[in-house]
Amino acid sequence: MNPSRADVCVVAVAECFRGDGEIVANPIGTIPRIGGLLARRSFEPDLVMTDGEAMFTDVDGAVEAWNPYRTMFDVVWSGRRHVMMGGSQIDPFGNHNFAAIGDMKQPKSQLLGFRGAPGNTVNNVTSYWVPNHSPRVFVETVDVVTGVGYDRAAAAGSAATRYHELRHVVTNLCVLDFETPDHRMRLRSVHPGVTVDEVVAATGFELALPAEVPVSREPTEAEVALIAELDPKNTRGKEVPE
Amino acid sequence: MPDKRVSVDDIVGELHDGMTIGIGGWGSRRKPMAVIRAMLRTSLRDLTIVSYGGPDVGLLCAAGMVRKVVFAFVSLDSIALEPHFRLARQAGSIDALELDEGMFLLGLQAAAWRVPFLPTRVGLGSDVVARQPEIRTVMSPYDDREELVAMPALPLDVALVHQNRADAGGNAQFLGPDLYFDDLMCQSAGKSFVTCERIVDTADLAAFGSHHTQRISRLWTDGVAETPNGAHFTSCTPDYERDEAFQKEYAASAASAEAWQQWRSDWIDISEADYQRKVAAR
Repeated sequence: MNPSRADVCVVAVAECFRGDGEIVANPIGTIPRIGGLLARRSFEPDLVMTDGEAMFTDVDGAVEAWNPYRTMFDVVWSGRRHVMMGGSQIDPFGNHNFAAIGDMKQPKSQLLGFRGAPGNTVNNVTSYWVPNHSPRVFVETVDVVTGVGYDRAAAAGSAATRYHELRHVVTNLCVLDFETPDHRMRLRSVHPGVTVDEVVAATGFELALPAEVPVSREPTEAEVALIAELDPKNTRGKEVPE
Repeated sequence: MPDKRVSVDDIVGELHDGMTIGIGGWGSRRKPMAVIRAMLRTSLRDLTIVSYGGPDVGLLCAAGMVRKVVFAFVSLDSIALEPHFRLARQAGSIDALELDEGMFLLGLQAAAWRVPFLPTRVGLGSDVVARQPEIRTVMSPYDDREELVAMPALPLDVALVHQNRADAGGNAQFLGPDLYFDDLMCQSAGKSFVTCERIVDTADLAAFGSHHTQRISRLWTDGVAETPNGAHFTSCTPDYERDEAFQKEYAASAASAEAWQQWRSDWIDISEADYQRKVAAR
């Protein structure tokens, strides 16, 4: 049976956390959360995760430690965290915006604000999640820089680059990364059934394209079963429909 | 121990046009809503509001009382974007100082510690710094010579916070999952006022939670008022959760000037006692 696109996305999210070990995995969003839980239940058992509020809870829901917002900043600023954030706009070097569309002083559309994006991106590993890959999201220039991309970090100096790492961008179509000499966003893999041309057409800037683009890994049978257990109501299918 | 019990009207009487007011809680969680409602019944104006923002910010903006908001977000949690705040921002009717959530904490901490700024890498490379000249950088005086953000102190004229319990002397106790930054708000303010679900004898505070929940000492508070259900419609765990149905109606009141006027006359232009009676009857 062909895997659902949502399940492919869940696995792609889980793969972002591969090798992270004993840090806080903090995936924000429906599919990110399921993907993080999947990683912990399978190949990254040492990950620490929150209950969505002020507790670190284990796989059975037992409270491991109290982690109110104040303590979360200790975690972020120590670098012991990998966050996955959504974004309204992302540019070729990973600058990210979810604060506002239009002018920052009088926006056309006021969105979330800066939230924790500036601090996250210069302190701990950051990945992005985009459930609706389109030229409106992947833009040449973001209206407001909330999450810091590679070029802006470099321009801000060594204190900004020292702990800066943008890992992956997972979308409903593909996985992207920044593993190029100048950190321009690169197509890492396309999800099964998606063509490179589709991704290029849905991206508002020039992507780095390897000669051969791999296909994103399909979930194993065991993973399909785990995902169904972690998300019995199929909320993931609402975030990324077939 | 002094007796610091006051009424909500006493608290609002301490507020003046042009003041910088810090409001505790986070998003739509444990906001001092009884005081916000009382403020909305006055003609206060030109306020600078410093808040991990929720409906407190939206309501004060909708009522035209705000000159400037210092914020990292303004959200109703279960409704991601605060609709009244959005309208005010998009109309250009308020000034803004936008911060990262952690810079916000450092600004309060600097004010509490009476230093002009605290250094951080947070904000480097982002438009928080690049497009807001009021946020400046500083060169490390040590051998690394790195350039860091100098997060300026955010001193408050008044802090308003809501806690689960307090005593008459103004010692306050939180019983929910998170204190948020209510203690820092009190420490960075010229005057701090605590509202709470119940005022109890000091010795009885321990019956509600461990001493570790008694996080705000009377050292930092100037007045305490009992406002049962006073955080409604925001959450005040474990005393009560957010009133989601009510919050939906509140959010819908941003649809038009008429809708806001109607909501205002239904829920703001009445006494707190009538408000609580109407809420109980829903």
